[in-house]
Amino acid sequence: MRIVACIKQVPSTNEVRLDPEKHTILRDGRQSVVNPFDAHAVEEAVRLKETCGGTVLAISMGIPAVEELLRDALARGADEAVLLSDRAFAGADTLATSYTLAAGIRRAGPFDLILCGKMAVDGDTAQIGPELAEQLGIPHLTEVDAILSVGEGRVTVSRQGQQGPETVEAALPALLTLTREVNTPRMPTLTGVRRSLTAPFVCWGADDLKADRGRCGLEGSPTQVVRTFVPQRERETVFLSGSPERQAEQMVKIAGEVLA
Amino acid sequence: MSGLVIEKEKCVGCGACVSACPSAALSMEEGLAVVDGAACVLCGVCVDTCPTGAISVEKEEAAGLDPSDWRDVWVFAQWEGEGFHPVTLELLSRGRALADSLEERLCAAAVGCTEADCAPLLDQGADAVYLCPALPAEYRAEPFCAAVLSQLIRAHRPGIVLFGATPFGRSLAPRLAARLGTGLTADCTQLDIDGESRCLRQTRPAFGGNLMATIVCPAHRPQMATVRPGVFPILTAGRRTGAEIVTVEPPVLPPPLTRELAADQAVQAAAGLRGAQVIVSVGRGIGVRKNVKLVERLAELLGAQVGCSRPLVEAGWLSYDHQIGQTGVSVAPKLLITFGISGAIQHLAGIAGAERIIAVNSDPSAPIFAQAHEAVVGDCVEILEEMIKILEKKPN
Repeated sequence: MRIVACIKQVPSTNEVRLDPEKHTILRDGRQSVVNPFDAHAVEEAVRLKETCGGTVLAISMGIPAVEELLRDALARGADEAVLLSDRAFAGADTLATSYTLAAGIRRAGPFDLILCGKMAVDGDTAQIGPELAEQLGIPHLTEVDAILSVGEGRVTVSRQGQQGPETVEAALPALLTLTREVNTPRMPTLTGVRRSLTAPFVCWGADDLKADRGRCGLEGSPTQVVRTFVPQRERETVFLSGSPERQAEQMVKIAGEVLA
Repeated sequence: MSGLVIEKEKCVGCGACVSACPSAALSMEEGLAVVDGAACVLCGVCVDTCPTGAISVEKEEAAGLDPSDWRDVWVFAQWEGEGFHPVTLELLSRGRALADSLEERLCAAAVGCTEADCAPLLDQGADAVYLCPALPAEYRAEPFCAAVLSQLIRAHRPGIVLFGATPFGRSLAPRLAARLGTGLTADCTQLDIDGESRCLRQTRPAFGGNLMATIVCPAHRPQMATVRPGVFPILTAGRRTGAEIVTVEPPVLPPPLTRELAADQAVQAAAGLRGAQVIVSVGRGIGVRKNVKLVERLAELLGAQVGCSRPLVEAGWLSYDHQIGQTGVSVAPKLLITFGISGAIQHLAGIAGAERIIAVNSDPSAPIFAQAHEAVVGDCVEILEEMIKILEKKPN
């Protein structure tokens, strides 16, 4: 089994502050971590490898500094890592990102299973998984809470469907997006860290992927952000004060008014 | 030329962008910001940071597609066996306004139901319903809907296609967007038409709701967006003259690649939650399992349904059919009282439609308070006991 775990670098906090004087947005883009959902994808890939055999490839599209996060994935049990990094990839929306990831995964060779976190905590779109699966022409299942079995050309999972939890199987190769329920990520071991320094790591640009530059990065992105702003609080929350008894009285009164 | 553009006239040389840039691509030269094109990754942090709006990401649009060939506003009507997901009617309500401002038609696309089932779509103001009644048993609804919709969209060329940001829609829409090679904006909370360009302006939260972004898709069609349930109200509408149902043939497909083996749990109470006028909802802050009994007692006294956040379902304190949020039910009651719910963004997504929210939590900085009309900082159990005491004394 060859398993691919997709990871994304995100800011270490999704807090956005307003400069009180200039009323501009303060975003700290400097400290970056692996998207928490993707840590579960790496962990699940390594667990599957341990139970079913095979290898794990960690892949990311990003700036050269993302190598550090990929090395961390290697330290946690991935066997090889690929970084897709090129000026041409900059400014990508989800369509261009999924195109580039698909090109990278194809270049990396045949695979059986692709694991993604269910979404990234900066963009919150949850679109890359299904878009990547479509670009690769393979089935996908979102919001997977548990992988029940893998083998004989299929994967069976428990996932959050529209009507609640459901058991679904997909033919391999397939792509799964994972919730945080799927596992608890392990810490890197000393042996792992040592191995990560020498494990196979490559960085590919647009030419290495023979990618169509018109479909990468800003050029290949149908969507454009035209404005960002800090949301205005829609309402002033009224804090009910007094003793618990007094607070409860006010709540009962409001309930009576609303439901009258 | 595409890339990061700094307007010299607007730059005041404050250096905010230089300190904010995560890629060290910006520097000051002679008191003005300059960008190193080779280092810039177009992340947009500086665009947000610049106090004078001097920085923007510019892009040259490749000519090719003529947006005027793509007309009408479409809504994916999510059929759920016995009726449409309520977000369908919400999207038709908003879609009607968008179609009116473009002077185009509003259409719905439905899969797997009968013509008679489509009456609510026509009653909600759709000019046309494209209906594929077939849903072959061997296919899961989602890949089958993707196939039907891609065929319909290629044939009819709608300018806009809207989906509910339900678990189903959030999986279907990106698959379809990639197939059609177009843009998709997730979880929109506002949709408007730009008067000049006639483009759909899609506004959505990012960074866990801490930042809003307005997004357009100028040179690709259709413009696709998902919208969280409960964001748009269902408006009264009437049947349009000449409104029609167009039945379409199912696509010819290769054998299915995914198969549903079992739905693990029945979700009877979910339907009750969805239509409930009053909901008492409980989260991890309730402390111990026996306190859930207090919530159930209060709900009984108020004639309310009991909802909860995901951690309680995971702990096994309440069944999945009580779960409110992105992966549970979206609710729109007249009154929602929450106890010990901190307000994770996934949970807040499910309560956006509530008309009045009273939140009780011991943590004054709980995010739920920003969404609530009335907030009570205090001990959930104490408040519950007091409320029950008062209501039990009352006649009726």
